[in-house]
Amino acid sequence: MSLQQLASRLQESFAAGFVQAVEWRGDLAVTVTRDRLHEVAQFLHDDPAMDFDYIVHVSSVDWPDDEERFEVVYEFYSIKKRHRIRLKTRVPESDCIVDSLTDLWKGADFMEREVYDMMGIRFRHHPDLRRILLPDDYTEGYPLRKDFPLRGKGWRDTFEFLDETAR
Amino acid sequence: MAMEDQRTTVYKIDPAHPESETLPTLRSEELLLNMGPQHPATHGVLKVILELEGERLVKSTPVLGYLHRGVEKLAEDGTYHQFIPHTDRLDYVCAMYNNFAYCRAVEKLMNITVPDRAEYLRTIVAEIQRIVGHQFWLGTQALDIGAMGVFFYCFRDREILMDWFDELCGARLTTSWYRIGGVERDFTPSLFEKLKQFLDYFPPKIDEYVVFLEKNRIWLGRTKGVAIISAEDAVSFGLSGPTLRGSGVDYDLRKAEPYSAYAKCEFSVPLGKNGDTYDRYWIRVQELYESIKIIRQCLEQMQDGPIMADVPSVTLPPKQRVFTNLESMIQQFKLFSQGFDAPPGEIYCGTEAHKGELGFYIVSTGGGKPYRLKIRAPSFIHMGAFDHMSRGYMISDAVTIFGTYDIVMGECDR
Repeated sequence: MSLQQLASRLQESFAAGFVQAVEWRGDLAVTVTRDRLHEVAQFLHDDPAMDFDYIVHVSSVDWPDDEERFEVVYEFYSIKKRHRIRLKTRVPESDCIVDSLTDLWKGADFMEREVYDMMGIRFRHHPDLRRILLPDDYTEGYPLRKDFPLRGKGWRDTFEFLDETAR
Repeated sequence: MAMEDQRTTVYKIDPAHPESETLPTLRSEELLLNMGPQHPATHGVLKVILELEGERLVKSTPVLGYLHRGVEKLAEDGTYHQFIPHTDRLDYVCAMYNNFAYCRAVEKLMNITVPDRAEYLRTIVAEIQRIVGHQFWLGTQALDIGAMGVFFYCFRDREILMDWFDELCGARLTTSWYRIGGVERDFTPSLFEKLKQFLDYFPPKIDEYVVFLEKNRIWLGRTKGVAIISAEDAVSFGLSGPTLRGSGVDYDLRKAEPYSAYAKCEFSVPLGKNGDTYDRYWIRVQELYESIKIIRQCLEQMQDGPIMADVPSVTLPPKQRVFTNLESMIQQFKLFSQGFDAPPGEIYCGTEAHKGELGFYIVSTGGGKPYRLKIRAPSFIHMGAFDHMSRGYMISDAVTIFGTYDIVMGECDR
């Protein structure tokens, strides 16, 4: 199945939740609404013509100027059919939660935890949603958000410059 | 009078009539054992909390992040070229392949075609890096399991390649030899000569490693039937590389989506049957032979030609010209200080590193810096399957299991 056929098949099956499909540099990226994400993912996983059995990565992008600020990005691959797809959805900052896909791909567990840790997006029905790379008691926010300063927050910010040059 | 211990009770059985006494049930409970982050067999700073029943693992919780440096955040602040040295520090034992994976991703974003000779050079160095990686893995895995001799033999041969890297780019570990659109410099005649010598020298040495292990009862006992994962689970967990192929899943990006010069080389992808630690070891050893084959073919097929794509707005000018020609110097300076203007868009590009699929997901909004750069690190994803693969095995097998992933924390924690 070519990428265009794949996109149009998705559009037919999920007309209500389908936002857009973009093909660029040979990658197909399909955006769906948040409430249909799990359903679309289930279809991608279970449908024999799709057969996306392999989860490549889960990622997130912060667009602070947009109304729906965060983008959650899933990338799937089919080992049998040898095709890939990127599935994206947008969430607003006030209610940043999406359905977890851990019931479909076991590997989504750690990957979603990383997204939660780095961007603060929560996953509904995730079995163990805790921080993963940062310590559990880290309270300074979510480092990959665009409003998080590169130099860090909290105690790192309070280092004073000590003049150690010879007088 | 002996102090009465609150936790244990001593029962005495009359030796004359042992059957007359019924033994009371002993209190038992699960034991929590903290392993790492300073344990020598955890390959860095990995910490795992093991829940034990006797010596069996009931549950294990990896605690990651001791080596978290925020590389993805740093990437957003530098130009595309400036990120290349950061990729060395991801999987610091196999820097070349990280550079390769990253440069490929940026080339996909910029839509650059790399010249033929550069592709061959890249493939050769990448396969040498695979050999180095597998040697390092084999040595340390055998050391962890208790076969110390293999470690010395592997490191003896790895040293030859490390010196070769040193001659190629001036560094042994943090190489940064790959460039966006090509490579930094061509091989010198001396490097060709040394590489050819190594290709003749090395295959008998692989047999030597194998002799140490194939008949070693301890090695066999500790790898065969340990940490079995079914093909279906391995795919569902997103495992890749030898860890996935050990379960018999035929997924190798060098074949599935051929890149660089791999399409022009003949090689096979060894597959396991049982999905245990031994199969994953066997695959890595077979890959050493395959890498030698690939390098030989590349050396035969390689023709003279440019080693850098000629896209002045993106790729660097030849070093010789930078020193003698003002325009080239300006070009180099601008590319490093401001970067090139990437088109808005997003790409994902996966590369088959020796640990598994190392991928970069880059979002660009135009300009010289990536808007978002996500690294798909195989070590991190493999740790997600650790609990599943370790359940029911012994404590000492925990060491074998992180070993079998070939885990490197620099990449896992990023």
